[in-house]
Amino acid sequence: MSGLPPMAGQHPLLELRDVSFVRSGRVLLDRSNLALAPQGRTVVIGPNGAGKSLLMRLAHGLLEPSTGAIVCRCNGSAAPRQAMVFQRPVLLRRSTIANVTHALALSGVPRRLRRGQAERALARFGLADLAQRPARILSGGEQQRLALARAWALEPEILFLDEPSSALDPAATKAVEDAVNVFHDKGTRIVMTTHDLGQARRLADEVVFMCGGRILEHSPASSFFDAPATGAAATFLRGELVLDPHEPATLPATRR
Amino acid sequence: MNSHDPFTLALSLILSGDPGLFGIIGLSLQVSLSAVLVASLIGLPLGAAIALFRFPGRGVAITLLNALMGLPPVVAGLLVYLSLSRAGPLGQFGLLFTPTAMVIAQTLLVLPIIAALTRQAIEDLWEEYREQLQSMGSGRARAIPTLLWDARITLTTAVLAGFGRASAEVGAVLIVGGNIEGVTRVMTTAIALETSKGDLPLALALGLVLLALVAAVNATAYLLGQASRRHMQ
Repeated sequence: MSGLPPMAGQHPLLELRDVSFVRSGRVLLDRSNLALAPQGRTVVIGPNGAGKSLLMRLAHGLLEPSTGAIVCRCNGSAAPRQAMVFQRPVLLRRSTIANVTHALALSGVPRRLRRGQAERALARFGLADLAQRPARILSGGEQQRLALARAWALEPEILFLDEPSSALDPAATKAVEDAVNVFHDKGTRIVMTTHDLGQARRLADEVVFMCGGRILEHSPASSFFDAPATGAAATFLRGELVLDPHEPATLPATRR
Repeated sequence: MNSHDPFTLALSLILSGDPGLFGIIGLSLQVSLSAVLVASLIGLPLGAAIALFRFPGRGVAITLLNALMGLPPVVAGLLVYLSLSRAGPLGQFGLLFTPTAMVIAQTLLVLPIIAALTRQAIEDLWEEYREQLQSMGSGRARAIPTLLWDARITLTTAVLAGFGRASAEVGAVLIVGGNIEGVTRVMTTAIALETSKGDLPLALALGLVLLALVAAVNATAYLLGQASRRHMQ
């Protein structure tokens, strides 16, 4: 059933309740419910304009929902520590290590601890030798690894990744996927979007399938890929164009 | 070339370290650098705040700031003169015809340049950084120092533009300083006076120094631009 947590019974880490997002009279996300268990790797897939990035930004708190609520429950503390890795990494015009120490400063880490934590994060992702380089002259793959190292230093309980490897070559994509698993092994909740069905199969514990601003499916990866519950998902998995099942006027998904 | 050629005399004034000449140069630098310092301390955070915050009248504020970049120096001088003169609101401090009055007038000229250019640079950078900084928990106020530092190359160019304007203007310092020898005489006012008196060597010597100064400022701005393209995209 769409929107229900596959691991019912566990306390969800993050929950979207009837969340809608309306911009300029258009419903970009329509009354969506989603509950994320504390562990696991969720991959959000769907055609362009389905609302995948929007869902991530709402869940992460970068955008305010028009209606509905986003509820976090995490070990009693009010809000779980979160980090997000974007498709195009946004790096400060500073050295590689300063990008990490600045993030630590923003999250309230005392000054004397920042350098050590940043060095460990860079080393974890193979960037120790580049610590003093200006971050903006790193290669695309190195920049994304730096974005991951910066997120790692923040020790997030949830990590959002929005198409983290769509602009990268296969070797750099492999590095990103390995990094995702490093986070996963540490117990970080992973929520990522991808255009790459192969990547979704490689990484997903569970799949959220979106189309036309709605969450159509939320199910364990094995059952989703073997037997999708909706016709739209089956069409999408066959690599065919998914034409929107709902009124096209309100749905940006039909533009492409 | 005979030794009474004004150009030769000007060079010998510079090379001999003429105290009158260097006193004027020193005061010029002191006044203009002070004005740029004060204008930067106010203009950088002010420009960044206007870039980041939404408030009623923001459009008017931006338009006004941009318009004030072209404020004629004589008008700035007149406004400061009226404020500082005996009958003016700040007359009691007796600042008229002092270097302080000149600093105030030049600050008024430089502040809009620095604030307006900062506003534009920070707004562009915020557009690029917003999601990432918000994701890391940075509010708009906390983003101001981050953005000011990351825009440092552009902002240095803005400050240099402000210094160029301050050191080259004559109208404001002439009105509020009065061109008093040894007290408020700076390069531009001295050039104007010596030329009209016919003392061309001194005027020319000051002109050469001023030209070199402006060239150095522009060369610095150019080199900074090159450096930023190489290292920071």
